[in-house]
Amino acid sequence: MEKSVTILIGGEAGQGLLTVGQILSKALVRSGYHIVVTQDYMSRIRGGHNTFVVRASASPIHAPREGADILIAFDARSVNEHIRNLNDGGIIVMDAEEQADCQGFACLRVPAASLGKPALFNIMAAGIAGALLGLDDGLLEKCLREEVGDSLQEGGEALRAGSTWARETGVSRSLPPPSPDTPRIMVNGNEALALGAMAGGLRFASFYPMTPGTSVMLALLSHADRMGLIVEQAEDEIAAVNMALGASFAGAPALVATSGGGFALMAEGVSLAGMTETPIVIIVAQRPGPATGLPTRTEQGDLNFVLHAGHGEFPRALLAPGSPEQCFKLAARALRLAEQSQGPVFILTDQFLADSCRAVEPFDPGSVQPVHPRESCPADETGYARYAFTESGVSPRALPGFGANLVVADSDEHTEDGHITENLAVRARMVEKRLRKSDILRKECIRPVCLGDEDPDILLVCWGSTLGAAREAAAELSSRAIKAATLHFSQVWPLVPEGFLPLLERSRKVVIVEGNATGQFARLLRRECGFVPHARVSRYDGLPLTPEYILRELVDEGIV
Amino acid sequence: MVCIEDFGTFETAWCPGCGNFAILEAMKKALVASGLAPRDVLFVSGIGQAAKAPHYLNANVFNGLHGRALPAATGAKLANPRLTVIAESGDGCTYGEGGNHFLAAVRRNINLTLVVHDNQVYGLTKGQASPTSEQGFVTKTQPHGVFSAPFNPVAVAVAMHAGFVARGFSGEIEALAGLIAQGIAHPGFALVDVLQPCVSFNKVNTFSWYRKRCAPLPPEYDPTDWDAAVHTAAEWGERIPVGVIYRNDRPCFESHFPVLDTRPPAYGSVDRDALREIIKAMG
Repeated sequence: MEKSVTILIGGEAGQGLLTVGQILSKALVRSGYHIVVTQDYMSRIRGGHNTFVVRASASPIHAPREGADILIAFDARSVNEHIRNLNDGGIIVMDAEEQADCQGFACLRVPAASLGKPALFNIMAAGIAGALLGLDDGLLEKCLREEVGDSLQEGGEALRAGSTWARETGVSRSLPPPSPDTPRIMVNGNEALALGAMAGGLRFASFYPMTPGTSVMLALLSHADRMGLIVEQAEDEIAAVNMALGASFAGAPALVATSGGGFALMAEGVSLAGMTETPIVIIVAQRPGPATGLPTRTEQGDLNFVLHAGHGEFPRALLAPGSPEQCFKLAARALRLAEQSQGPVFILTDQFLADSCRAVEPFDPGSVQPVHPRESCPADETGYARYAFTESGVSPRALPGFGANLVVADSDEHTEDGHITENLAVRARMVEKRLRKSDILRKECIRPVCLGDEDPDILLVCWGSTLGAAREAAAELSSRAIKAATLHFSQVWPLVPEGFLPLLERSRKVVIVEGNATGQFARLLRRECGFVPHARVSRYDGLPLTPEYILRELVDEGIV
Repeated sequence: MVCIEDFGTFETAWCPGCGNFAILEAMKKALVASGLAPRDVLFVSGIGQAAKAPHYLNANVFNGLHGRALPAATGAKLANPRLTVIAESGDGCTYGEGGNHFLAAVRRNINLTLVVHDNQVYGLTKGQASPTSEQGFVTKTQPHGVFSAPFNPVAVAVAMHAGFVARGFSGEIEALAGLIAQGIAHPGFALVDVLQPCVSFNKVNTFSWYRKRCAPLPPEYDPTDWDAAVHTAAEWGERIPVGVIYRNDRPCFESHFPVLDTRPPAYGSVDRDALREIIKAMG
């Protein structure tokens, strides 16, 4: 495996471990390292037990690892719970006041009370971890200021006290120097979705708060004034989706973001988008269900739901980014697909990817083509009909108030000019017209990407956020001289089997890796192309898939 | 000049004698009086017999889902505030299925006009009680009479300091047209709750029942007096006041978004340079 260092920060909610995590992550990225952040937190404001794990490496990395090299424990419980995760040579950093059995691991007992205000243990810990990793003090301080503002003067002192003290201990766990590279930014999946959507022409977003979807909206809101976006917190998810559809109908490219339970309320809006042929992007950040489930954990359990939500028959596309880079590109692509097909396009993400900060090359807004519905409005014509029958199924979309064409959209079955009809011959033709748009989505479908051996003995098939874990598991197999590869679907609907079935059929063993219990994607593949995999790796305990987890399961299944 | 013929005449799906005909007529008159051409106006409706009304005149129309006229109208207005947006639906759609949206729209004070065809009964689904049905009102689905107390939309809107609150009667087309035109002119959320008979399913609150009770507000009535409006809005019995019950000059929702004046979402385009700077700053 790669030479990487994993820092596990554990403590109660409210102790400031997110601050430490953010400072360290940012300093690592600015120093030129790659990172993968995993956040595991309980659904509460104070207390409980949370972790922020950052894995860092001088070479590219794609997944979290289960083992930790540095454990920053805010309380004894964090030592007790995570000491089993420590790799050989692991280091524990804890407040000297806390009592815990360090089982022979190197333990830095921090005299927090003598180094400064004990309440600032988190910032001292950032200084200590920074020193252990060999990060620059000045850079850490800059990151601290950006995180907490200039007001906390004692912050800088606590940070310096921590790093000085740590250096004096002589303990170190420094990373190899990073290779000189282009500067990177630190971004998580949801921030990348927001940036991609803005680059793609987004003008309107509405939402009702629900973890882990909300942070897409927080990211949009932080730039809304500058980018001229309207972002509105609606009274409920039903309002959110109907608001976005109203905005889109009136010419503003629009999206909503939610999680499974909120999406359940939006289902009627999905169907409305299908019937009124209104473009909309719906981001579903999955968390474990059913019902309220585990609000702050991760799962890929809503594929079937999102694929089938909404009554009636109409085309849709489901995108499933596997990294922040894909989040950026696919958010913009989703807006374009929605516009091209005049209907709903979904982005399936999950808590792991939503919260997972990575180091990425700065996104280039110029690399995506934004949508401008106003520019493709048809010229004024007598008897303009919003739902004119066309060969492609796509009717020229006029916008209300831009020209003399009157735009009439209806949730009832309608005539070409948008008025209610119960003419059953028209009904049948409208169904066919709407479904013809599926061809556009099939034509634009993103093929799954194969990484690794083109003629593998073991092919790990995955979708969405499990890309990194599957990829690193396959790399580990390759390093053991097993011909292995990963096939990642960043689009899970529609599926175009010609693009991947030959690979599935020639691979000796195909294992589908996904974060749900019932193998939803495995079943979808079987339904769409009759392919039955040799085994499945599934995870549904609320934690993200890791390379280690996949490798263990492969052994249990007798695959390796 | 806009004239009433610009809005056309259409065959409807309504019962002969339905109050909807008069409301449609009043709506066209209000649009003409407001100098609005079909292309300037967007009607957003829900589902029900009333929600079909926008199909029977020339205009832009988004006939969405049951209960959801207001959120869709809100989104459309925020996307393009240069449109005159009128939400139109029945009492079941607006106050039942869409009750939460009604409260939120009043709170937002977004500049749109909500015209509610209020006949105190469900028509399209054939005669069930609506949120405004009176207690004891017997239907096939409420065989022992309605147990719940009726919702008074006008009183609720006044209590919440809605921007403009009016009650009209379909039997007074000219007066109703005047109320709708005032609602359109009001720079904020405007509710026009219109009492109308349902000839098929409401045999209690008939045309003559309303005719006998609906009384215009006296000329000295001051709709800016909230305390008086609370009292007037609650009046419901032998006398039902009609007219502008309450109005205020709360700033409308749109006024909080400077971009809506300069570059509304439907007009805007991506500022790539600004976005590049935002991304760069994340480094």
